[in-house]
Amino acid sequence: MRVTEHPILGPLSPVETVTIYFDGQPICAQEGEPIAAALLNAGVHAFRTTAKRKEPRGIFCAIGRCTDCMMIVDGVPNTRTCITPVRDGMNVQTQHGLAAFGQEENK
Amino acid sequence: MKQVTADVVVIGAGSAGLCAAYQAAHAGADVLVIDENHLPGGQLFKQIHKFFGSRVHYAGTRGYQIGQQLLERVQDSGAKVWLDTLVYGMAHDKTLGVIHQGTHYTVQAQKVIVATGAKENYMAFPGSTLPGVMGAGAAQTMVNIHRVLPGQRVVMLGSGNVGLIVSYQLMQAGADVIALVEGAPKIGGYAVHAAKIRRAGVPIYVGHTITQVLGTNHVEQVEIAAVDAQFTPVPGTEQRLEADTVCLAVGLNPMTELLWMAGCEFCYIPAFGGHVPLHNWDMETTIQGLYVAGDVTGVEEASSAMEEGNMAGIAAAQALGLLDVCDAESRKAEIAARLDVLRSGLFGVRRRTAKQQQLNAMDVSMGGASHNG
Repeated sequence: MRVTEHPILGPLSPVETVTIYFDGQPICAQEGEPIAAALLNAGVHAFRTTAKRKEPRGIFCAIGRCTDCMMIVDGVPNTRTCITPVRDGMNVQTQHGLAAFGQEENK
Repeated sequence: MKQVTADVVVIGAGSAGLCAAYQAAHAGADVLVIDENHLPGGQLFKQIHKFFGSRVHYAGTRGYQIGQQLLERVQDSGAKVWLDTLVYGMAHDKTLGVIHQGTHYTVQAQKVIVATGAKENYMAFPGSTLPGVMGAGAAQTMVNIHRVLPGQRVVMLGSGNVGLIVSYQLMQAGADVIALVEGAPKIGGYAVHAAKIRRAGVPIYVGHTITQVLGTNHVEQVEIAAVDAQFTPVPGTEQRLEADTVCLAVGLNPMTELLWMAGCEFCYIPAFGGHVPLHNWDMETTIQGLYVAGDVTGVEEASSAMEEGNMAGIAAAQALGLLDVCDAESRKAEIAARLDVLRSGLFGVRRRTAKQQQLNAMDVSMGGASHNG
């Protein structure tokens, strides 16, 4: 959920929106924000599943250190979504285990 | 592979790195600041509360405003700043391996100042890997920087200043903090932060821990229980809370990877978050010309990080012969005195003892060569 009003930071300043695709579904994102923030705002919390136990994982550190939020972004697996900004038309997929490199030509 | 040289390279553009860069550049050094993030400022821009202490430490100013001031000072100083830039390694001769705008560089500098900060600790319990369990700092980043609430009903584990401040900031952003859980018998952080949480009506469970988090694909329930003097959960005291988010505020640990690679000597100080590099009063490590500043030297807070940055920047400039010796020594003595004030009082004395232990270990390692400021 977007924090539109804030007692210290004031109202959210309007920015351009872009559309990204999460497992094929369009999601509205704010230009410049990381993929993880756009997904959280859309109510998506599980970003990948683990290789062995197939357990869901989401955001843990949000500063690019823990790698829990890795997804396949435009065909590139193991992309840290908490520090990768959205781009219009970006294709973001749930990553299962250590995904193989996909079709980078789609970039 | 391209090669770049500078008088001083600062790794990390947070509280410590920005102060170090300013001091060195102001003294006339050719300074390059490198940061992995899109934006400089480290964690300062996430701090929307007012700082405490004295005027010299920006008391009454909010963290992000301090960040802005430090940044403008660095931009005016002539230091070059590389953002979105990864330092992936440091050789024993301090040569840095760097990726900047998709290109590999080797960066060589006479003085290298490492100000890489710290990262959050994790705590394991059944369900701790479920989406919705995150670091308190992660939640803070989401609400204060990206303006997105990670959830509506939050359980905070840990009542140090991070746990207290982030709880309050989550409420400012519109979330309900339904419980603050602390293993110790009393609140860890400042009373003034705790009072704000209490006044807002957040139940505080001291002497409690999280025993498990339940949910299929996301946090749904949080089970807490009382703990005994050995921090073991007491059977029969469990209660379950309906929540969608769990924040862990259970401390930080220094991000020392580059210093280990370079061959620095370390000591282990739990009060500082683990293994910390040995350094002297000039903030110079066991490797000549390699300096450290801020949380990477041991987890403290932003004000002491800034002062350590000032110290490292001045010491590096002095070692390069850019500063008058008497002037540099007197400024360093002033900084040392201010650091001593920051490490005093009920909360600071533990850090002062830890810092003394670290400085003493440096003395022993260098055979008494390190002087005391």
